[in-house]
Amino acid sequence: MHGFANPARFLRLARWLTPLLLVVGLVLVAVSLAYSYTSMPPDRLMGDSVKILPIHVAVSWLGMGGWTTIAIASLVELVWRHPLAAIAARAAAVPGAVFAFLCLATGSIWGRPTWGTWWVWDGRLTSMLVLLFLYFGYIALSGALAREGSSSRIAAIFGLVGAINVPIINRSVVWWNSLHQPPSLTMGNSAIDPVYLYPLGASTLGFSCLFGALVLMRMRTLLADMQAEARLRRKAMMAAEEEFA
Amino acid sequence: MTSAIKPKHQRLVLLVIALVALVGAGLLAAWALRNQASYFYLPSEIVEQAPAPDEDLRLGGMVEPGSIQPQPDGVTIRFAVGDGTTTVPVSFTGIAPALFQENSGVVAEGYMGQDGTFVATNLLAKHDENYMPRELEGMSREQARQRIEATLE
Repeated sequence: MHGFANPARFLRLARWLTPLLLVVGLVLVAVSLAYSYTSMPPDRLMGDSVKILPIHVAVSWLGMGGWTTIAIASLVELVWRHPLAAIAARAAAVPGAVFAFLCLATGSIWGRPTWGTWWVWDGRLTSMLVLLFLYFGYIALSGALAREGSSSRIAAIFGLVGAINVPIINRSVVWWNSLHQPPSLTMGNSAIDPVYLYPLGASTLGFSCLFGALVLMRMRTLLADMQAEARLRRKAMMAAEEEFA
Repeated sequence: MTSAIKPKHQRLVLLVIALVALVGAGLLAAWALRNQASYFYLPSEIVEQAPAPDEDLRLGGMVEPGSIQPQPDGVTIRFAVGDGTTTVPVSFTGIAPALFQENSGVVAEGYMGQDGTFVATNLLAKHDENYMPRELEGMSREQARQRIEATLE
């Protein structure tokens, strides 16, 4: 793992992996959504509104996957002091927040025709909203620490503590009576017919590739930013030395 | 004296202990919330705990088959909500959501009337975890589930 401590090595890998993930992700998402909106049969109860399933479920998983990424990267940063881990955690925050927001937005749109309401304060919806707010807090905190040039260790601790919310979101529909239905997919079992399950699989894979591509892009941007700043600082120092000489 | 433990491992052990404590605290909090964080009460809980009349609450369960009775005034419906052991009669005046039907989940917001009928001011339909096209509708839930599970192997 420490092979990637050298940013040059990471950048060489990211250079070809980013466009690959981007293209595969876009194709998979486009195919799965095009299939959903054109030929997916209506659900026995909710009719055509089931077409939103492949996008809603996929972005919800990735909203939670984003924080899982932050938590794992934070753990690697705190324990192994890996230099790229803090950058990876910071890079995952904004895409994760976007997915969490999309989850709430698509869920709300889906809830209106099926449940008869845009929003309720049940366990699942509330814990997902808390996740979105955690993302906002993490983005603000890690950004402020980076601007001040402080250690990102506080952000890493925040990332680990916030991870407690992820299993709570997952279990909320099992622990508490909620308006949201219990999980359809459990260990090796599915209550989702294959005509909906396969598009969901494709969109999940596609959005995951897009998430990976976005994280790699942001990591490269952050690394370039840090390099540019270091170069400017060196230049300023050299100019100051020349003045004294 | 030098410690035999590498600093890296020390940090790992410390973090694992901290995380275990954190997860424990989270589980305790979630367990303590188990009643308060529920979105609705089941019929058996309402019958057991007998809420004060006119106290605002939500009742959730399955709409009992054959229980939906439109009332002569044209806008009121009466039906029964059950959870497998107990049923509670409900009356509701207004427009029910599209997914409101027999044998499917419902959450009613309202209060317990004096006569033991739950007076709902708002109805929310609850969807179950099964997604299947209309072609499979004739099958029983068990048959459909088997068909869906067969594709997973």
